[in-house]
Amino acid sequence: MRILLEKRSEASTLMAISSPFIALGLTVILGGLIFALRGFNPLEALYVYFIEPLTTVWSIEQLIVKATPLVLIGAGLSVCYLANVWNIGAEGQLTVGAIAGSAIPILFPAWQSPLTLMAMMLCGVLGGMAYGAIPGYLKNRFNANEILTSLMLVYVAQLFLDWLVRGPWRDPQGFNFPKSITFEGWQLLPTISGAIHLGCLFALIAVIVLAFVMGKTLKGFEIRVAGNAPRAGRFSGFSRTRMVMFCFLLSGGLAGLAGITEIASTVGQLQPQISPGYGFAAIIVAFLGRLNPIGVLFAGLLLALSYIGGEAVQISLGISDKIARVFQGILLFSILACDTLILYRIRFLPRHAAAAQPAE
Amino acid sequence: MDMFYAVALTIMTAATPLLLAAVGELVVERSGVLNLGVEGMMIMGAVCGFGAAFYTGSTGIGLIASIAAGVSMSLLFGFLTLTLVSNQVATGLALTLLGLGLSGLIGEGFVGQPGVKLWSVAGIDPLIPGAILLTAAVSYFLFRSKAGLVIRAVGDSHVSAHSLGYNVIAVRYLCVMFGGACAGLAGGYLSLAYTPQWVENMTAGRGWIALALVVFASWLPWRAVVGAYLFGAISILSYTVQTFALGIPSQFLSSLPYLVTIIALVVISGNRAMMRANTPACLGKPFVPDR
Repeated sequence: MRILLEKRSEASTLMAISSPFIALGLTVILGGLIFALRGFNPLEALYVYFIEPLTTVWSIEQLIVKATPLVLIGAGLSVCYLANVWNIGAEGQLTVGAIAGSAIPILFPAWQSPLTLMAMMLCGVLGGMAYGAIPGYLKNRFNANEILTSLMLVYVAQLFLDWLVRGPWRDPQGFNFPKSITFEGWQLLPTISGAIHLGCLFALIAVIVLAFVMGKTLKGFEIRVAGNAPRAGRFSGFSRTRMVMFCFLLSGGLAGLAGITEIASTVGQLQPQISPGYGFAAIIVAFLGRLNPIGVLFAGLLLALSYIGGEAVQISLGISDKIARVFQGILLFSILACDTLILYRIRFLPRHAAAAQPAE
Repeated sequence: MDMFYAVALTIMTAATPLLLAAVGELVVERSGVLNLGVEGMMIMGAVCGFGAAFYTGSTGIGLIASIAAGVSMSLLFGFLTLTLVSNQVATGLALTLLGLGLSGLIGEGFVGQPGVKLWSVAGIDPLIPGAILLTAAVSYFLFRSKAGLVIRAVGDSHVSAHSLGYNVIAVRYLCVMFGGACAGLAGGYLSLAYTPQWVENMTAGRGWIALALVVFASWLPWRAVVGAYLFGAISILSYTVQTFALGIPSQFLSSLPYLVTIIALVVISGNRAMMRANTPACLGKPFVPDR
């Protein structure tokens, strides 16, 4: 048998809407298979993983809190990927944002006013932007592959953070643990309801603003042209270098904001490990959300569910929470495979029939 | 002299996995496919190789398992990018994310277990010269054989190669599988020779450095040897300097290989004329045969 792709005359809207759901269905089936292979009742495990976290208020709050950095970063990355700019170093920009924002409470521990928090957030955004600007600049000036440079900078940022919290920024009263002082008062984001904090609102605002920019402004059009028809973009005077820099500043800034938001809410201090790979999971969020800000919002919630479900199966069934990253990987694969259906029809041909096709 | 020999030896063992993965990816990219999943294939090779050697006690079976793991992962990538023409960059990233996750799950029981070390003569294991021989073979194959010419044709102009009657997709599948085998073997080398144990995320970005090496080598196999040994030397240098305690924080030295990778990319890519001459023209472009 042979698989043959037949190009559709136009992109299928039906498939564009349903492909994330088909992908999710595939992931659930494959997930059940993995559970069964490991000797668990797949239906029970899938229930604990995907449904149970949605049944209590506490875990729904956790879901929204976990989705916050994913949505913030994913929204920025979706703009990048639409414009064919491949920033995959969001994890590093998140780290530098967290460091830059934390500099305020660590260097001025006594400063307690609403301005403290604003300064922290601002520094976080600027830190992420500055770190994102490096691969952007190297791409524009030296033509250096932004995929590789942005990724290499992730390791550099994490090592830098490690040095800071073990060295100059370590809490002197911290019994030698590699942690900074614990933030308090206006050094933390106020909560809105339960575990939900102000940062969750940032994510919502970012999505709304980006949805507006992408849908209703010239900039949004320019981004789309940069991805779909770069030559046409050049002829109409859109600058490629400025687009690359714009994408890196935007996604870097959002990743930086996500970093400082995490520190000023869930984490509460600087430590060597500040993110369970949100910057990489956000890549999946961007694709699952169809590179659309509103889609990213839902995709972020789903990826957050994958983290929380992973913890849930570990606690109630004793399955390793490492399964979460496997699910995330399978999910991204499934989306990419299903996206083929948008542009192509798939035909299965028996081998002899395929051979009988006239070669052109 | 002993000290010198020891350092030279560690440089060789640090360079070998980079070289193996880079040479594999070089062939993949010469055929016009960009597989960013090297890190994922490598880590799967590492965990499967360790596991197979752990259960059987044989490093040979371990290395075969590494290769098998790498090839399986690459087939997944090939199916998506070649058969379903998905975006190569995104699919490569997916392969890396999946590999890192899956290896963590598979390797959970191996953490802290004693490993089996590959045999060696005077510290030199068979894969150190093996990687260089592989480079020589690949270099000869790509530039002196007809099959190599076909691969380069497919990578430079898939439409022309197709109209000449070559099966572009089949050629690319084979190259992708070769890349997977090399990346898997490189991973197996890490968990069976470099540090004979399993540690989560033990590839630590080496797959990505291998990808950068391909650019650094401007798609020429012999330059990959130079690059791999250079990077091996730099990463060993950072460890050696640490032992002398010069007051340089260890984290700065550990970040050196990553910083050097960036600098190398900048220096090489800045030479746009050379990049244009050597980059496979169809790199990363999907191909759909019209029947």
